[in-house]
Amino acid sequence: MLAVVGTVPDQDFPLITGKVVLQDDFISIQGNCAPVNRGTPALLAAAIKVGEVMGQPPSVGYLVGDIGLGDGSRRLYAHLSENAVEGDINAIAFHYLQPDVDWHNRVLFAVEEMAHRPVLIADAGFMYAAKMSGQASEYDLFTPDVGELAFLADEEAPHPFYTRGFILHEEMRAPALIERAYQHENAAACLLVKGQPDYVADRQGVHTTIDLPVEEAMEAIGGTGDTVTGIVAALISTGIEVREAAILAARVNRLAGHYARPTPATQVMDIVEQIPAALARVLDEKAIMSGHCHV
Amino acid sequence: MSILTFFKGKKSKGSSKTKAPDRGILVFENTSEVIRAETVLKGEGWKIRVMGPPPEIRTGCDLVIEFPLIEELNILRTLEAAGAEPLQVVPVTSPLLRPVDIFQTKDYGQYFMVRAANMKLTVDKETQAIVNISGGGCPDVPYLALEMVGKPLTDAPAPEEIGHTLCGYALQLAYEEMRRQC
Repeated sequence: MLAVVGTVPDQDFPLITGKVVLQDDFISIQGNCAPVNRGTPALLAAAIKVGEVMGQPPSVGYLVGDIGLGDGSRRLYAHLSENAVEGDINAIAFHYLQPDVDWHNRVLFAVEEMAHRPVLIADAGFMYAAKMSGQASEYDLFTPDVGELAFLADEEAPHPFYTRGFILHEEMRAPALIERAYQHENAAACLLVKGQPDYVADRQGVHTTIDLPVEEAMEAIGGTGDTVTGIVAALISTGIEVREAAILAARVNRLAGHYARPTPATQVMDIVEQIPAALARVLDEKAIMSGHCHV
Repeated sequence: MSILTFFKGKKSKGSSKTKAPDRGILVFENTSEVIRAETVLKGEGWKIRVMGPPPEIRTGCDLVIEFPLIEELNILRTLEAAGAEPLQVVPVTSPLLRPVDIFQTKDYGQYFMVRAANMKLTVDKETQAIVNISGGGCPDVPYLALEMVGKPLTDAPAPEEIGHTLCGYALQLAYEEMRRQC
């Protein structure tokens, strides 16, 4: 089962854990609702859609309200460092949290004490803290966009806001940035780099490039990176190996975007709605390819 | 006063005509307070810069204000009068990290996107409405999007007014660049 750790942009949203369901355009956890706008609710919405197709139980959310002051994030960090993640959790996706190295380290320590270490996925603010802590290699998957990849590649930057100009991304240079991120031990075991194209890479370099279908508008749409992370996290929780899940997720997200016929004004829920159809097609293609391999 | 004025080399009072004096940094509780102090000090014409903190005091999502140390008392007096006192004043000798100052733009025809660091802001060129905000990883990004998307650029709250993190600050840079270009 997948656990998702993140924040909701509502200062009054309580610290709450439990199974998350999707009700229209809202996620719901223990009777508390949040709109699927972008951020962690978008990640959860995508994961829920994948879970429905794959026949998986609902994801478990560890959520708190935080509008950037960091107070909610710190309460959630404290909760996670003091209370073990419970249940049959085989993957944890850490997401929109105020980057804080000290709290990150306490949470990572607590997670590593679990009897069965889950697959660890980090994106957004928690990924920033993981990189700055020097413990990026403890993670199984990071899901940066290309700008965040430049940040991972810059061994001196504590946040993407400080990425040095000579490293700032040029998409044609993504493979070089991936290499540099690994040279400085600032990448997880596997990287899913979100952009045009998407890259799945590890310490050996780029393993797979996913570049179709192309929807230029996707870059402008808030939450499309969150949906990729939700898709890959949910696939991993079904037992699919991390690298394969990353490749599938990139394809599913692109296809879902394509199905939504997006413009730069499209909102992410329109893409989330297309995930089941996109995943079904990608799984069908995978089955056909597998069949061909066995002939 | 626009925080972009720093990047545009605005002249201001202070000791800019002479060799740079020793520098200090003002450390605040959070990025919102940095932005507020920056506005106060630049409004008074002080030569200050928003920079990244030195490694020994970094937590992960910080900004500090660099200032000429020789002006410490006057600057602290200005901040005190505005109710924007820092937590700490620390002398520095080593170089500080500079915020990103590169903007990238993309023209989609009807829509125009500006990216600053990891934040992207997209506007409908005809209506001037903010249609999307993407990128970033700090918790105020979804909040900023909720408050800004769907509103005309001129009516939407500025990220510096309601944002609290470096991602919010980066969005402010994109917002100011968008207002400059549109």
